[in-house]
Amino acid sequence: MISLFTAEGLAGLFFLFIVAVTISGGLIAINSIRLPRAISGLALCFVGLAGLYYYLNSPFVAVMEMLIYVGAVCVTIVFAIMLADPGDEERIGHQSAISAPVSFGVGALLFWGMAILGVNTMWPVAAAKINDGSVKAIGHSLLTTYSMVFELISVVLLLAIIGSLVLARAGRDKS
Amino acid sequence: MNILNLSNILEVYLVIAALLFGMGIYGLLHRRTLIGMLISSELILAAASLNFMTFSRFLAPDPTTGQIFTLFIMGIAAAEAAIALSIIIAVYRNYKSIDTEDVAGLQG
Repeated sequence: MISLFTAEGLAGLFFLFIVAVTISGGLIAINSIRLPRAISGLALCFVGLAGLYYYLNSPFVAVMEMLIYVGAVCVTIVFAIMLADPGDEERIGHQSAISAPVSFGVGALLFWGMAILGVNTMWPVAAAKINDGSVKAIGHSLLTTYSMVFELISVVLLLAIIGSLVLARAGRDKS
Repeated sequence: MNILNLSNILEVYLVIAALLFGMGIYGLLHRRTLIGMLISSELILAAASLNFMTFSRFLAPDPTTGQIFTLFIMGIAAAEAAIALSIIIAVYRNYKSIDTEDVAGLQG
């Protein structure tokens, strides 16, 4: 039994807070009517996810999560909202009545099945770890074992930049 | 099982990832604007990353594998978001709307 007033106890309490932040951020992201509020929920969810990564012994990936997702992806989506101006979601169009319960049922069924599968499976633990998973070990295997993938993803990012420029420019007046 | 020791249990992370995945699928089916669907797909990718990180921390013999895979998922997600947003802007320029009901030019 861990006491609340030790370092481990406070870390466990903070873990519960991080989990609550992640889940409430996700709920805001999928349920809010207005899109800017949904983006804020998504950013909150990613902040909580960075905290979970920190608890999983990888502060490097936690920092990358904050930089790339919260700092870049969410801001990019905000820019798209400013350019496209979608308005309130309730105002435009109409939706059939069965859409909400059916999609909720599919989502809940997937969550239930995957959670049952994850809890009931006997996961085999590796006998020994070959390194400690530190930033040094990540850098080492990124430049030896995974160097080809590292090069390929830079090509993918270059193609994505050029492709999004071409796509966003098409149809604009040449004045 | 102590409630303050949950951060050292594998199944807790798996249940959180499954919850994020279910919420993402629900949002992807339920949302009507393209940007809302993009937000939901980011949640699905986040759930996949959390699963990789969990297995890498608790089960894998090489703890760097899941972290590197998560970094690659982040790169792919950033590229996907950039492409999807430029497609959304092009769609908005042609249809003056990003509602999925209105973008029906190919419908017979």
